[in-house]
Amino acid sequence: MDALRASPSPGSSRPSSPRMAPCEMPAPVGIEAVLDQLKIKAMKTGFEFNVMVVGQSGLGKSTMVNTLFKSKVWKSTLPGPGVPTPQTLQLHSVTHIIEEKGLKLKLTVTDTPGFGDQINNDKCWEPILGYINEQYERYLQEEILITRQRHIPDTRVHCCVYFVPPTGHCLRPLDIEFLQRLCRTVNVVPVIARADSLTIEEREAFRSRIQKDLKSHCIDVYPQKRFDEDANDRILNSKIRERIPFAVVGADQEHLVNGRCVLGRKTNWGIIEVENMAHCEFPLLRDLLIRSHLQDLKDITHNIHYENYRVVRLNESHQLPRGPGWVNLAPVNLASASAGPLTTPGPSKAHKWAQEEPKYEF
Amino acid sequence: MQDKEYVGFSALPSQLHRKSVKKGFDFTLMVAGESGLGKSTLINSLFLTNLYEDRQVPEASARLTRTLTIERRSVEIEEGGIKVKLTLVDTPGFGDAVDCSDCWLPVVRFIEEQFEQYLRDESGLNRKNIQDSRVHCCLYFISPFGRGLRPLDVAFLRAMHEKVNIIPVIGKADALMPKETQALKQKIRDQLKEEEINIYQFPECDSDEDEEFKRQDAEMKERIPFAVVGSSEVVRDGGTSRPVRGRCYSWGTVEVENPHHCDFLNLRRMLVQTHLQDLKEVTHDLLYEGYRARCLQSLARPGARDRTSRSKLSRQSATEIPLPMLPLAETEKLIREKDEELRRMQEMLEKMQAQMQQSQAPGEQSDSL
Repeated sequence: MDALRASPSPGSSRPSSPRMAPCEMPAPVGIEAVLDQLKIKAMKTGFEFNVMVVGQSGLGKSTMVNTLFKSKVWKSTLPGPGVPTPQTLQLHSVTHIIEEKGLKLKLTVTDTPGFGDQINNDKCWEPILGYINEQYERYLQEEILITRQRHIPDTRVHCCVYFVPPTGHCLRPLDIEFLQRLCRTVNVVPVIARADSLTIEEREAFRSRIQKDLKSHCIDVYPQKRFDEDANDRILNSKIRERIPFAVVGADQEHLVNGRCVLGRKTNWGIIEVENMAHCEFPLLRDLLIRSHLQDLKDITHNIHYENYRVVRLNESHQLPRGPGWVNLAPVNLASASAGPLTTPGPSKAHKWAQEEPKYEF
Repeated sequence: MQDKEYVGFSALPSQLHRKSVKKGFDFTLMVAGESGLGKSTLINSLFLTNLYEDRQVPEASARLTRTLTIERRSVEIEEGGIKVKLTLVDTPGFGDAVDCSDCWLPVVRFIEEQFEQYLRDESGLNRKNIQDSRVHCCLYFISPFGRGLRPLDVAFLRAMHEKVNIIPVIGKADALMPKETQALKQKIRDQLKEEEINIYQFPECDSDEDEEFKRQDAEMKERIPFAVVGSSEVVRDGGTSRPVRGRCYSWGTVEVENPHHCDFLNLRRMLVQTHLQDLKEVTHDLLYEGYRARCLQSLARPGARDRTSRSKLSRQSATEIPLPMLPLAETEKLIREKDEELRRMQEMLEKMQAQMQQSQAPGEQSDSL
């Protein structure tokens, strides 16, 4: 079974693929109207998008989400001053429905308070991996029913935004451990958080060092090179890949700058405008996540990450769907995410991605 | 006729001054904190030297297996005829690993080793040239991105606060807006109180200082922990176009020496200009004496020593290490050893002098000395 379904589901809108010019038709048949029909359908059903934000506390995750979706509904999910930080990571999901120009978006943001804050952060990624796999499992259970729902509720994490602290040096061991494990299971977009503490030169140096680290540890972040479909995709995504990780700044306060009201941070030496490309790369992140690649994120999650999970689960259960009653898959231990051989993943494992292995650890 | 009553010892301070200028000062400063908080840049800005000139930031793969190391660098700074031998103790690798449990133990051990060395030297015979390698002050860098002290910060400060003068600073403070800085400082102060951590207390002004000075002093103390920004570059500030030390961003320039931008000036004034000597005194009078008392007390009762040491070990939490013990017999042995060394050195000296006199006759000079 081909683990990688290279062809996307119908109706996918990889941003760059232009509509192939049909061979010259003597009279317009009206095929183009299909796109409008799809649009109307989409407007009716609405979209779902699930984002997870991961990073140490104080890196501006909640502020970033507020800035991205221009709403002030997300407060930081860290407990108050008197309450001690919980020893184990507890994920916290909030769902909101946002509407724009008649289009509804059901947005779910999963926060990970306490990640990387303890003295001993060993295996702090396991609850996160467990959560992601749990969502895949939920979808799988719905999918293998005989009488399925018309529209399976999609709680799978489409994108995981990882916040790298702006040390200016290179990726820390915790970052590498986390990214190595997660980029095989979910789309990961690393960003340089709180980038207003780095000058432009420092940012570029930091970025190139991070890119080097990602390459040397075989960490494939979104947009993944091997999922580029055609030349246009490659060109567009290469431009994005050059700038990953984006150096972002989040803000939820507005200030007056040159007569315009902008989101920004006001300091004694200047105002950092969030949407100003000369100040930070927030517009790039916003465009990637929302304006150009949202559907692509969902497609890759569905066609590749979810399919990989499904293949492994089906192999585990050693059963094919048959007869009355739905398949009873073998009980899965989602928490044992990164045990065993994955502790020291080497480059050879990453190359074996294309050839499916029965014992695929996730 | 006041000359009859003038004894003249009011000139003592200037005698002291002359003597200390001749002797020079030495000062050992430790910097600690997670990597990437601007420690090296701040030290370079503070002392206007390039202590970290040949610094190589290790790559990510190197960091995966790195353990905490203690590095010492020395530099001699001269200003106005006064020489200061500054020794900087750095702790690269602190807080880097995924599992940082007990990563502060090597640092604590290092400080106690310096105390132990000083104790040995002080109890020795030749006390003329005791090298004071004790750590006089520890600048602990707190991340501006956290919401106050992190568990690792608390653990480190708790292990160190009775052994060294701690001055907490908030590094890379240009990442914060003014309100955020205030909130963070207040949070840190509250946490320090809650965890009963004793940081270095800047002493009170003398009562005979004028009101203005007292007010300034109180204002400065309000700013602790200092929110600092370091820079080793001189940039041209766009507005006034005079060269300032600072960081040039596309939205403005942070001036390191501007009190409205950060507390760098306050830190430099308090650390270097006014309290350098006090830090050394507190280290000697309070911290070292405390260590010495603990050490000698455990020696004073050799019979009870075993019991107390065992009970100490059992009551100790994981973050404390047993104090190094100098058994009485060992001190005597040390004294005897040093005696022998002295005698040997004297013999060698005499031999070399004899050799020199012999070799000077044929006109040769030996540089072996």
